[in-house]
Amino acid sequence: MTEYEEHRYDVIIIGAGGAGLRAAIAAREAGMRTAIICKSLFGKAHTVMAEGGIAASMGNANSNDNWQVHFRDTIRGGKFLNNPRMAELHAKEAPDRVWELETYGALFDRTADGKISQRNFGGHEYPRLAHVGDRTGLELIRTLQQKIVSLQQDDEKESGSAEGKLKVFAEVTITELLQDETGTIAGAFGYYRESGRFVVFRAPAVVLATGGIGKSFKVTSNSWEYTGDGHALALRAGSTLLNMEFVQFHPTGMVWPPSVKGILVTESVRGDGGVLKNSDGKRFMFDYVPDVFRKQYADNEPEADRWYTDPEHNKRTPDLLPRDEVARAINSEVKAGRGSPHGGVFLDIASRRTPEEILKRLPSMHHQFKELADVDITAEPMEVGPTCHYVMGGVEVEPDTAAAARVPGLFAAGEVAGGMHGSNRLGGNSLSDLLVFGKRAGDGAAIYVGGLQGKYPNATDESLASAAATALAPFNEQGGENPYTVHQELQQTMNDLVGIIRTRDEVQSALDKLQGYKDRAARLTVEGHRQFNPGWHLALDLQNMIWVSECIARAALIREESRGGHTRDDFPAMSAEWRQKNLVCSIDGDSIAVIEQPIPSLREDLLALFDRDELSKYLTEAELPALTEEPA
Amino acid sequence: MTYLAKFRVWRGDDKGGDLADYKVDVNEGEVVLDIIHRLQATQSGDLAVRWNCKAGKCGSCSAEINGRPRLLCMTRMSTFTEEETITVTPMRAFPVIRDLVTDVSFNYRKAREVPSFAPPANLKPGEYRMQQVDVERSQEFRKCIECFLCQNTCHVVRDHEENKQAFSGPRFLMRIAELDMHPLDTADRQHQAQDEHGLGMCNITKCCTEVCPEHIKITDNALIPMKERVVDRKYDPLVWLGSKIGRRS
Ligand SMILES: Cc1cc2nc3c(=O)[nH]c(=O)nc-3n(C[C@H](O)[C@H](O)[C@H](O)COP(=O)(O)OP(=O)(O)OC[C@H]3O[C@@H](n4cnc5c(N)ncnc54)[C@H](O)[C@@H]3O)c2cc1C
Ligand code: SF4
Ligand code: SF4
Ligand code: FES
Repeated sequence: MTEYEEHRYDVIIIGAGGAGLRAAIAAREAGMRTAIICKSLFGKAHTVMAEGGIAASMGNANSNDNWQVHFRDTIRGGKFLNNPRMAELHAKEAPDRVWELETYGALFDRTADGKISQRNFGGHEYPRLAHVGDRTGLELIRTLQQKIVSLQQDDEKESGSAEGKLKVFAEVTITELLQDETGTIAGAFGYYRESGRFVVFRAPAVVLATGGIGKSFKVTSNSWEYTGDGHALALRAGSTLLNMEFVQFHPTGMVWPPSVKGILVTESVRGDGGVLKNSDGKRFMFDYVPDVFRKQYADNEPEADRWYTDPEHNKRTPDLLPRDEVARAINSEVKAGRGSPHGGVFLDIASRRTPEEILKRLPSMHHQFKELADVDITAEPMEVGPTCHYVMGGVEVEPDTAAAARVPGLFAAGEVAGGMHGSNRLGGNSLSDLLVFGKRAGDGAAIYVGGLQGKYPNATDESLASAAATALAPFNEQGGENPYTVHQELQQTMNDLVGIIRTRDEVQSALDKLQGYKDRAARLTVEGHRQFNPGWHLALDLQNMIWVSECIARAALIREESRGGHTRDDFPAMSAEWRQKNLVCSIDGDSIAVIEQPIPSLREDLLALFDRDELSKYLTEAELPALTEEPA
Repeated sequence: MTYLAKFRVWRGDDKGGDLADYKVDVNEGEVVLDIIHRLQATQSGDLAVRWNCKAGKCGSCSAEINGRPRLLCMTRMSTFTEEETITVTPMRAFPVIRDLVTDVSFNYRKAREVPSFAPPANLKPGEYRMQQVDVERSQEFRKCIECFLCQNTCHVVRDHEENKQAFSGPRFLMRIAELDMHPLDTADRQHQAQDEHGLGMCNITKCCTEVCPEHIKITDNALIPMKERVVDRKYDPLVWLGSKIGRRS
């Protein structure tokens, strides 16, 4: 019989990034006894790395901005594949969620009249990103962390116990969700990274806020936490993932030195005046403006340059096209032999802004290049190239409550949830997503638990025993492989065969290889004991990465078109028929099944935000007649 | 450009341990954390180290390299010669859990002892107005990535476990200064800093500032001004009130 520590809560939140912390605040404020569980220390979650800002149409920099414009930009960026209800809630609620942060103590950069300053970003029509220099994610995490502490201080004053109603379990990894006989959520099972001891959380509601999947790819801006745990937990519990074929490759990651390859270079560099150039010194982005974006982007340098100071009368620079477009453009330039010495292109801000301006606006970028690459960005251009950055796909959720499909008691918010960003996320729209849907998930979980009236489901004994056995398997196996080897091969495969440009044959061969990794990963051996053992941790995480990679590859094989974060060389065009469908993944036996599901249609008042000309580029003829009248 | 480097890494747990010798490949452009990861992947699968972002942003990978408190991910191998033996040990001021991982819960306890931001009661979300020049002082301190290297370095607690009760350390004295300088905070911070967090025990040696990877001027911009405010206030209680009201307008 395995020993484990046991806790009881009303709501448990897996993940302490922006989404998890905001959900915890909401659940706690709704009176729930709440636990937050995270793999790393409190305050270190991946959100800390976000740089550019939080998108919210507060209209501080341009008073023409409002939620409808933000909504329209989001749908355009996602190429009309977004869940429209999620995009609507997000655009409407983002400003309140940002203002609320100020009441928790956040200190954003200011406008001249003392409001929150907002900056330009790719795909956003107006300056919209609330920011703190280029360390916005740190401000977000610290602010929410300090709000959690402040709630604990209140509890301590009231009851004498700071952690009685809201507690953080740091450096705990959840490996399984617990369910009753009917599949309803009853808690979660995990281990302390520090000691290797098992811990069981019994709770009727679980909020997944585990972030993304980037560690399945070799070149990525993501940290070790991004092993797709929440995605895999949801799948294994019987829920579904959608849009998994859409993976965002950020156009600007560092390319040199090799050990930092993939680390992000924030889009703010371009928002603040930096431009992309090839080895001929040419600003090549003007050659890559797709038809659907001609109306919004300049086709010549003088106009693009005027736009920074006079956005009313000029079109924006194509350096700020949505990320998928820029990443593909860089890819093409490098393939055509016009790349930089280390296989990227040049990103030049040194020749366009004074050293003082650069230091003021982009201090962490300056620091990062100086320390890691020995490059002074105020004096020389950076070398950049695409890096795996964000997964649009995720748990299929009910927009208003963040409830996960098919599994009562399961909720998901943040990067682990799918639908909000369609086929491509705009910069800045993740941090706002975390806040809007983090709060909704916490509220949703509280309402669900309230409805149970104290009758909490019970985890079956078998589910506990099997969770423990699965976690210990790598210690019992003799003569199996080292998890690091399999992980490296998986990363290489995903990078090479299911990366930024895909073909049927390559994705098919990735699927064959994945089958091999699956078999090998079932027989891994780790050395040492359970106490803080990274080899063991990786052995367990690897199972999740393989599940998620299979979802990505299977969906990528099926979707025969190119859209956003999914580019098929053999099907280069966007297809209006494919736009009507989501691909939904679930586990069937020991592999992934994918079904097509119609996507919810846009409400008439939301459709009216676009002109017919633009809509005709995305929608089928059959969808168009509803608006034969030219919208006002 | 690959060469074989000599590494000595502390291996052990709360019951004790020792330095272990390794020879390991180093490639161009690598940082110390890359080498630790190579040891994990090739020689010692269970070597424990904490890290997250590998970009100097999360403050997880704090340790001591050749006795100097540093971030493993921001220390380039090119700062050492190829002949040099590089010694990596856990932070000294905190109890070891295993290998390079220490128990930093002290810091989270101290964080909870600092009363939170206290905004004016009548101000609604969305109505906050502050000038950039007024928020900049606190913004500098909010660059802190909580690596706790300053906490590890400060001699008041580095080898004086007994002072940990009364002294919150530079990170959290700076947090109090941050709140004190927040244009809209309404609480009395100076009193707290002096009486409850041991500001008086700091003798402004600036060792904390020297190790801060964010280059925050902890001593000059947070601790010394805080001390000055405390002194002013001891002479004249109205100074504090006056400065708060003045700054709010
Ligand atoms: C370098 C970089 C810069 C970015 N810049 C921006 C930006 O400027 N604007 C923007 O909007 N977006 C940005 N993004 C994207 C954005 O930061 C992320 O999408 C977002 O922070 C994800 O937040 P989250 O709350 O979903 O998860 P995270 O912050 O990643 O948190 C995940 C949490 O889940 C925990 N967890 C995971 N698995 C488990 C498990 N099995 N058991 C227990 N706990 C677990 C982790 O420990 C962690 O606490 C950026 C991303 C990167 C990588
Ligand atoms: S300046 Fe003060 S806080 Fe900093 S190291 Fe010296 S004594 Fe410690
Ligand atoms: S003040 Fe500097 S050294 Fe201290 S914890 Fe913060 S970042 Fe680290
Ligand atoms: S790993 Fe994040 S600071 Fe080093």
